[in-house]
Amino acid sequence: MILAPDTHVPKGRPLPQPPRASQVIDSVTFSIVLYAVIIGLIVYGAYSGAQAMGYNWQWYRVPQYFYTVTDDGFQWGEIMQGLVKTLTLSATSFAFATVLGLIIALLRLSGLVVCTAVSIGFLELIRNIPLLVLLYLFYYVLGPIFGFDRYTASVLTLGVFHSVLISEIFRAGINAVAKGQWEAATSIGMSKGQAYRYIILPQSIRFMLPPMTGEVVHMVKSSAIVSVIAVAELTTIGRNIISDTYMSFEIWFTIAAVYMVVTLILSFGVSIVEKRYAVSQ
Amino acid sequence: MTGGTPIIAFDNVDKFYGDFHALKDISISVREGERMVICGPSGSGKSTLIRCINGLEFHNSGVLTVDGVEVYEGSKNILNLRQEVGMVFQQFNLFPHLTVLENLTIGPMKVRKASREDAEETARKYLDRVHIPEQAEKYPSALSGGQQQRVAIARSLCMESRIMLFDEPTSALDPEMINEVLDVMVELADTGMTMVVVTHEMGFARKVADTMVFMEEGRIVEVAEPEKFFTNPESDRCRAFLEQILEH
Ligand SMILES: Nc1ncnc2c1ncn2[C@@H]1O[C@H](COP(=O)(O)OP(=O)(O)OP(=O)(O)O)[C@@H](O)[C@H]1O
Ligand SMILES: [Mg+2]
Repeated sequence: MILAPDTHVPKGRPLPQPPRASQVIDSVTFSIVLYAVIIGLIVYGAYSGAQAMGYNWQWYRVPQYFYTVTDDGFQWGEIMQGLVKTLTLSATSFAFATVLGLIIALLRLSGLVVCTAVSIGFLELIRNIPLLVLLYLFYYVLGPIFGFDRYTASVLTLGVFHSVLISEIFRAGINAVAKGQWEAATSIGMSKGQAYRYIILPQSIRFMLPPMTGEVVHMVKSSAIVSVIAVAELTTIGRNIISDTYMSFEIWFTIAAVYMVVTLILSFGVSIVEKRYAVSQ
Repeated sequence: MTGGTPIIAFDNVDKFYGDFHALKDISISVREGERMVICGPSGSGKSTLIRCINGLEFHNSGVLTVDGVEVYEGSKNILNLRQEVGMVFQQFNLFPHLTVLENLTIGPMKVRKASREDAEETARKYLDRVHIPEQAEKYPSALSGGQQQRVAIARSLCMESRIMLFDEPTSALDPEMINEVLDVMVELADTGMTMVVVTHEMGFARKVADTMVFMEEGRIVEVAEPEKFFTNPESDRCRAFLEQILEH
């Protein structure tokens, strides 16, 4: 048999091409240009508006809040310290929210009337209180009663608030695993706990990773709210700098950009994990 | 039924799904080493019957004992019992996130607390038994349907179960793969395993069954030895059913 040459030309009629216009609109170049134009317009609008009101731009004063190099050597600036605080706060709260969320989801799925009722009650309670009010409750009411500080109040608030969202992600992920997996696990003698641990949860991670990424990003963003009780995280630092320097435009742009960089890096990191996970299945 | 102690015994068992009466006054028993084949039209309660045996479903009244232990919802013995009773499903239900070898070892290691070495040794023995020793490191999705079902059989065997239940093990398979699974089941029958098989593969039934059971609308309509069952069934419904499926 003669091997087909590499320069194989399809014999069949080529498929009709989509219209020229939609080819252009669908192209990557077009989206990048469009994106750049929109961002450009916004920046230009903000800039010329600021000029019109006689705003005195002082971008040169911003870098010192990231780092300084003095005779004492290199030092991280206030914004970086705030960022570290935001990240530790988010990570701690997320860990707490994940554990609590898993417990709520398992209670909900337990099939026991009392457990289901407890979990639905908790769910509805938290879901129907605004995050800000929840924070005030933890800081001004529960804080003095149980004697915890503002940082603990923040972790509890964010953890409790996000645990509800995370429990729904767990529940959907667990339910997405085929019923036959339960039956197979059960029929080789696994207890419910073993079936969850070795069979169901490992499989549901695949379904949970994308919405969990969203939750991590959401957590980093909503952690900004604790600035109202003056926990020294990124947003609070931003406010402090502004009250010292009156550079509100520069600093808020900068703070927004820092949040954006962090959340983009997080999303990117998780998408890599996700791909690796998808391959190993 | 002749001699031997029953290892499975249904005694006036009834089962409801809500208002729906799925099993009606079932009384039947299976001896140790017996091979029972159950057939009947769709919805007649065959799956429900065998799923009661390992407590995947629970009956509502009557007495069901398996290996001398009574089966009922909330029984403390149910987890131990399930180790004695293997089950093979129509849809294989292999664990897709584990390799073939891990599918076979996870039960012995986590449930029976066997060491990894012992579990893997047993696993390889049974992979040999189902004629796919070379697939151990693959994930189930890389296997054909027939191979997957043989892995599922090996997974149950790895628990060293004394009873094997099969719920239409070949009906999700492409025709050319049915025999490789049935062959493994015949070999298993030759080892003296107690088997309860729901299937419409009558060639297989003729070869291995000690007892044939015909169900309809939640009742056991006919229980007979294969010889009599296939040539001269007592009920007309059973006769009509057999004519219908043997035509194909
Ligand atoms: N979990 C359930 N809830 C409600 N009804 C059910 C449930 N499982 C089965 N049934 C009903 O019970 C009846 C018997 O079902 P079963 O699966 O035992 O039948 P079967 O003989 O195995 O049928 P098939 O050949 O289609 O597998 C059917 O009418 C079915 O609709
Ligand atoms: Mg069935």
